[in-house]
Amino acid sequence: MMLEHIISMRDFSRDEIDIILEKAIVLEPVARGGKSTLLSGKILATLFFEPSTRTRLSFDTAMKRLGGEVIDFGALEASSVVKGESLADTIRVIGGYADAIVLRHPREGAARMAAEYSNVPIINAGDGAGHHPTQTLLDLYTIMRESSLSGLRIALVGDLKYGRTVHSLAYALSLYHADMTLVSPQQLKMPDVIKKDLEKQGANVRETTRLDDVIGDIDVLYVTRIQRERFPDPAEYLKVSGSYRVTEELLKKANENLKIMHPLPRVDEIDHAVDRTGFARYFEQSFYGVPVRMAVLAMAMGVE
Amino acid sequence: MREKEMRIRRIEHGTVIDHITGGQALNVLHILGISGSTKAVVSVAMNVQSGVLKTKDIVKVEDRELKQEEVDRISLIAPEATINIIRDFKVIEKHTVDLPEIIEGVVKCANPNCISNTDEPVISKFTVYKNPLELRCIYCDHVISEGIAGQLI
Ligand SMILES: [Zn+2]
Repeated sequence: MMLEHIISMRDFSRDEIDIILEKAIVLEPVARGGKSTLLSGKILATLFFEPSTRTRLSFDTAMKRLGGEVIDFGALEASSVVKGESLADTIRVIGGYADAIVLRHPREGAARMAAEYSNVPIINAGDGAGHHPTQTLLDLYTIMRESSLSGLRIALVGDLKYGRTVHSLAYALSLYHADMTLVSPQQLKMPDVIKKDLEKQGANVRETTRLDDVIGDIDVLYVTRIQRERFPDPAEYLKVSGSYRVTEELLKKANENLKIMHPLPRVDEIDHAVDRTGFARYFEQSFYGVPVRMAVLAMAMGVE
Repeated sequence: MREKEMRIRRIEHGTVIDHITGGQALNVLHILGISGSTKAVVSVAMNVQSGVLKTKDIVKVEDRELKQEEVDRISLIAPEATINIIRDFKVIEKHTVDLPEIIEGVVKCANPNCISNTDEPVISKFTVYKNPLELRCIYCDHVISEGIAGQLI
């Protein structure tokens, strides 16, 4: 399978996702420090119009582990040289230098537009509040490696209103007919448009405001941050965020095979004490970004 | 009935768009790209009684036979519209409008942070879903389900 562009999870069928995940399994030993020359002679351009150091480093690592080279703007140019030039022009120019482009941009839909102008594959590394498909792919990979994608019972917790990570993940999980429980405070419930969309895919979705209600009945707990900015009243924020904190106490009621995920960085939504338990999988999850991005890069550049 | 139809004179050649949702005639002209600088003779009747409680608008464009893809776009705001192609005062073709699968350059994305609302060389583009009518921006995935008339470019 040759991937043309990687813009949104909505462009993928379940079969296509499975092919990427299987490719990532093959490449995981390389991500762990093995040697590969799979992408030697290839050049990846990382165009970050807003900072996201972790995502950029993850792509850099993936490319370099596969023997390829990475070019970018450098810190200064991103703010000065590129300013004033249209994204469409930048893409056409950089497309002449690189074999694929990783793009992060503050505007929603930027990657889709870039793909229209690019003669090399565009990999969307986040466009505004829009898509970030490699995050979703690495989430799925983590579930596959640490739990199971079939018959999955998962709770998505936290800011389900603004969090694009969970929207995209929920959509992808609907392709796997996962049993999903949405756990959030009233003010941060998943928007109806997204829920309707999940139901259209045949997803089984429940909602609750209490983490306690589901903790004993799930295989994966996917935690996201509740941002302070969403609450005009600081006292209200403390009260709400406190009631979704994952602690050892809460986990006493958990299924023993429960796995906890988090897209990171976290603030205090998961107690540090939980890190030492067998439930914690968020650092593995972060690592899995490397083999998944390797798979995406190799497939985007047409290397089997 | 005869008298009501006579509010606008019959035309010899051209297109009559009938059964436009009451009040939407000017938006229909807008979508069709018919503005003050167009040479065509255009007549508009608005809020004509149609049935007991409903009103409709009628647009007649002379000497121009509108193509299916032109008229389909008006189904966004006037789903009941009928198109009559007139030659020598006779209706030679009559059809309803059908929503296109994709609309381009007609509606502006309602998401202010969408790439289609910047100076980038990009034309707004939506996937059209029917029953209920929804437009999903191809770029940012934002869904417009109501107030489409207000989003016309
Ligand atoms: Zn948009």
